[in-house]
Amino acid sequence: MYVAVKGGEQAITRSLQLLAEARRGDLTVPELSLDQIREQLRLGVARVMQEGSLYDEELAALAMRQAAGDMLEAIFLLRAYRTTLPRFGYTQPLDTNAMRVRRRVSGTFKDVPGGQVLGPTYDYTQRLLEFESTAPTSPLQAEAPLPDTMPRVLDLLDAEALIERIDAGVDPEPIDLTREPLMFPADRATRLQNLARGDEGFLLGMAYSTQRGYAESHPFAGEIRMGEVDVVICPEELGFAIEIGSITLTECQMINQFHGGNGLPPQFTRGYGLCMGEGERKAMSMALVDRTLRCDELGEPAYAPAQNQEFVLSHSDSVEASGFVQHLKLPHYVDFQAELSLLRTLSKQHAQHLNAEETAAQETSS
Amino acid sequence: MTSNYNFAFLDENTKRMLRRALLKAVAIPGYQVPFGSREMPLPYGWGTGGIQLTAALLGPDDVLKVIDQGADDTTNAVNIRRFFARVAGVTTTERTTEASVIQTRHRIPETPLREDQILVFQVPEPEPLRTLEPREAETRTLHALADYGLMHVKLYEDIAQYGHIATSYDYPVLVDGRFLTSPSPIPKFDNPKLDHSPALMLFGAGREKRLYAIPPYTKVESLAFDDHPFEIQRWEHQCELCGSDESYLDEVVVDDRGSRMFVCSDTDYCGQRRGEQAA
Repeated sequence: MYVAVKGGEQAITRSLQLLAEARRGDLTVPELSLDQIREQLRLGVARVMQEGSLYDEELAALAMRQAAGDMLEAIFLLRAYRTTLPRFGYTQPLDTNAMRVRRRVSGTFKDVPGGQVLGPTYDYTQRLLEFESTAPTSPLQAEAPLPDTMPRVLDLLDAEALIERIDAGVDPEPIDLTREPLMFPADRATRLQNLARGDEGFLLGMAYSTQRGYAESHPFAGEIRMGEVDVVICPEELGFAIEIGSITLTECQMINQFHGGNGLPPQFTRGYGLCMGEGERKAMSMALVDRTLRCDELGEPAYAPAQNQEFVLSHSDSVEASGFVQHLKLPHYVDFQAELSLLRTLSKQHAQHLNAEETAAQETSS
Repeated sequence: MTSNYNFAFLDENTKRMLRRALLKAVAIPGYQVPFGSREMPLPYGWGTGGIQLTAALLGPDDVLKVIDQGADDTTNAVNIRRFFARVAGVTTTERTTEASVIQTRHRIPETPLREDQILVFQVPEPEPLRTLEPREAETRTLHALADYGLMHVKLYEDIAQYGHIATSYDYPVLVDGRFLTSPSPIPKFDNPKLDHSPALMLFGAGREKRLYAIPPYTKVESLAFDDHPFEIQRWEHQCELCGSDESYLDEVVVDDRGSRMFVCSDTDYCGQRRGEQAA
């Protein structure tokens, strides 16, 4: 009897029960607390906040636990929650010059004012699995604190007019991509918003492709800095700015080659990446992709995928991509039936046609 | 009903944005209106466009029906119906005639719709030219110029290669003689139901952030050539459950020797007919 799709409601209920059981695992093992996730899986929390477009460590930790560690699912959970939040206003532009830096490195100068500051990085860990449980360490206090602010490495080049100057004042007011649809061609502010929410893996692959000859842009890591930045809003009813807290950011400024033209002297160009929390891989990838997407503005021949803004921006979002790829598991039997019926007609005709040809061939040969 | 969320999940400002976009869509039949699509608690590609439209349309007195592949009890239809029962507390139904709003994926009900009903389609790809021209900036220009040569050439090439137009679902239509439009992946069997429909038809593509409309009693033509007129699917079978020879049939494999049975894809239509026969 025909029972294929009956009982959907009950099946869903049972599936949810199984999922809850699988997520919790062995009941003799204590459940992860949100504090544990926030404190001990902070880079995961940072990624979920970044791509979830919501700076809230507690909610990101909750989403990670609920998603059983599936980062894309956690990002999706946070995005869906974000939809329900009212929009009170917009902050003033964050001033990363005034960042209280915890890490700051430059690949372009051996030493820079303020110094190279490694900070907490995996770069030199040698990636040996540490089988012993991590013993508490007691870091030594530095003899002198880091300076409150550090000049940007790129400003040193700017002083010599060797790098393109970008006047912050000339940027048009950015649109809010979470409230308005992405339209093409997209300006740089819109592209950066899209990349900031984009999937780290996708951006990493795109960025990598530019280093392997698909839109070469000769990048140097001018400066990468990570630390805390104050968030300032200016409520209309108050009329003056107030600080509402601070957030951790990672910023990457790439220096890229450019040989002048359009009446400009030869000078370096810039690629920019920024993300919430510690996310150096993402910020660097974003900076590389940002630079290649500027090909039209800089009059560069555009032939590579990473230079094609429709290609990059339309496919960068993991929530969109994951949903659409996985929607293929939904029933498609109505369309499939339509294709089957068409294919049967075509194949019948093909057979008739062959038969007719054979008959004709026999008649001519006899 | 969950009271932690606003009625029908979306906040009222978002609903207003959607309603304004819908009004524009109704004013320009078949034109794809960009809108600020939100992330919904269901995945993109699973009906987020339709869900946002339904959320913007629903009032407390509405009666909602949700179908997927014509059926009320496929898992995704069940899930969307559960969602609205949870966040809007509206009455839901499986009866086409009782519903004021019907959200659908891939089918138009067999039972004719009325003027007081709205059909909301879930749309994966709103741009009928997308497979022929991937660049959005370009396709918008083609629509502006009503330049649909690409599509006509595609259909012509089908005929040259296969002897038939090889599109069996999501068959392109011209709405109100102006905009080339995707009817969403409904089988072309359903295309004639779009023409001069008494019910308002709304289309939502959440991931692609576009919505569009076919207002009631609008002329909708399926593209064709004079010597290759538009034709719909026909079966040599009748529905094995209700005996209908007019409805769209699903083919079900019933054993491991490849035996098939054919049954109505519209479960409400089939169930009603069987009820009448039993009475």
